[in-house]
Amino acid sequence: MALLTFGDVHLSFAGVKAVDGVSFEVRQAELLAIIGPNGAGKTSIFNVLSGVYRPQSGRVTFLGEDLLARRPHEIAAMGMARTFQNVELFHNLTVLDNLMLGRHHHFRYGALPALLWYGRARRAELAARAKVEDIIDFLELEPWRRHPVRLLPYGVQKRVELGRALAMEPKLLLLDEPVAGMNLEETEDMARFVMDIRDELGIPVVLVDHDMALVMDLADRVLVLDFGRQVALGAPAEVQRDPAVIEAYLGGTA
Amino acid sequence: MTETREEAAPVAPDIPTGRSRRVRGRPLLYTSYAQDMALLDTPAKRLWTLLLVALAFGLSVLLQDRSLEVLAGAYVLAIGAIGLNIVTGYAGQVSLGHAFFVAIGAYTAAALSGPVDGENIGFGIAEVWLWLPAAGLVAAAAGVLVAPLAGRLRGLYLAVVTLGLVFLGEHVFKEWKKLTGGPGVGREAAVPELFGVRLDQDGPFGTKEQVLYTLMLALLILFAVAARNLARSRVGRAFAAIRDRDIAAAVIGVPLTRYKVLAFGISSFYAGCAGGLLYTISGYVEPGSFNLLLSVQFIAMVLIGGVATVSGAIAGALFISLLQPVTRSLPALVPFISGDTTQTPNVFQVETVLYGLLIVLFLIFEPRGLFGLWIRVRNYWKSWPFSY
Repeated sequence: MALLTFGDVHLSFAGVKAVDGVSFEVRQAELLAIIGPNGAGKTSIFNVLSGVYRPQSGRVTFLGEDLLARRPHEIAAMGMARTFQNVELFHNLTVLDNLMLGRHHHFRYGALPALLWYGRARRAELAARAKVEDIIDFLELEPWRRHPVRLLPYGVQKRVELGRALAMEPKLLLLDEPVAGMNLEETEDMARFVMDIRDELGIPVVLVDHDMALVMDLADRVLVLDFGRQVALGAPAEVQRDPAVIEAYLGGTA
Repeated sequence: MTETREEAAPVAPDIPTGRSRRVRGRPLLYTSYAQDMALLDTPAKRLWTLLLVALAFGLSVLLQDRSLEVLAGAYVLAIGAIGLNIVTGYAGQVSLGHAFFVAIGAYTAAALSGPVDGENIGFGIAEVWLWLPAAGLVAAAAGVLVAPLAGRLRGLYLAVVTLGLVFLGEHVFKEWKKLTGGPGVGREAAVPELFGVRLDQDGPFGTKEQVLYTLMLALLILFAVAARNLARSRVGRAFAAIRDRDIAAAVIGVPLTRYKVLAFGISSFYAGCAGGLLYTISGYVEPGSFNLLLSVQFIAMVLIGGVATVSGAIAGALFISLLQPVTRSLPALVPFISGDTTQTPNVFQVETVLYGLLIVLFLIFEPRGLFGLWIRVRNYWKSWPFSY
């Protein structure tokens, strides 16, 4: 059974069709890439998935449950994690606190035990810290644990954001342009992390990016969008040969 | 991590997460996360905190009653300032309505502990441990009622709406004479009694000021430690997440409205407790005192002390409270400043101007407040004699 199905979704803003009848599904342990020119609706799809936008029509199910009636924090608790195109970290907090926030919905204690820092609250925090240290280790963030994230270089911030999403222990990970604005070395590091997430951790990933080399290398399947419409969906090699894709990217047939 | 991850690299079972032995001669070597996450995580912090607390309690016999009274008031204001810092500093919801919640606490406490057959509403429950939580809870309930506004409004708009609360409260408290005694008249404040012993009279444990000073100090420590715990818990982190990036906070699983309500509730609980205690020192509450100036004073304490720090809020409250005896002695030193409210310039005007000036200066030169100054001093001496 597909983990996520996105069925014939229409989303428009005052006449601008951001997502116009797109359908796809995400299977277990696959990496689906979404590509398309600027304004093709890639990030809008992410915003629909994480509950920030509500589409006018369509059906979205995640783990067999309807997503459209749910609010962002409920969707997060179901196991959907995402990163943002422009880093959206909590910039006054340290790397540790940002990652601990990823585990927010895994905690079960309330405000009163929090005031006392005793018993369940203390145990839960210590256990969460051990889990977060695993992610720090995985993403090689050790040198920056105690640094407020606003002081970190952009490439590291992107990695912290990925770490925050991983700390949620997601069942599906949405990555919005994880290598945008990065140099070659940082891009290769990030590609390695994304591959490890799919292959070692077994978390299915939906990836939006403009870096074609990265997308074609990593993706199991590619969804191509243009002006909110679905142009192609298939294996990277197929999609690259598709005349409709070439037209969307190069503008008209030669 | 998912199950596959657990198998690939299990959470190192040899790293203890509970309390563990310290390594001799290596006080800064942590062998557990509990040590790393402790509030007082270095020997220096433990020593200085102990000395500071000992000194604070020692002051009750060292200082004169008049000074103790000022300090006791400062400690109560510090509780209120910590409360404002929870909602405004940590959760980022600007509130100018803090004086309103302080007033609710003050009148709940006064009404509960007041005499049953007096001129004003009274229930004759004078035990501190009964009326203090009640004052906090009633104020917290008011805070929870107001909080949904914060779900709809942000920043300046929220500030203006909470400002409206102060005016609303001022009017109600001035008119509701059965409860408050009315403007210019007032009523007897909450009576602090502990297991039948009146704390606001000279008794076997010392003078009235000594006893009240010790009570306020103990309560301040309790409230401050609770706030520090809250700040480092999931709740405090969620507050900071809402402050820094609210949409991202929702997307990673923080229910925004619930946490805004919680922030207002806890903050108002602190305000209510501060209100209940504040007037036990003078023994008298007047409805005119819960005006915008009181809210601004709390804002000044938070901004001057340090936003989103508990020690900063305490430092700010002490600073503002100790400023008052200084300004009140001005008429004796500077001839053109009058101690009479009917003349200009008088000390009260000087105080208001001073608050504004201090807020402006701190925001420009040290936005982290007194806490930031302390960090600078500490870092300077940490690296001394090198500049970095």
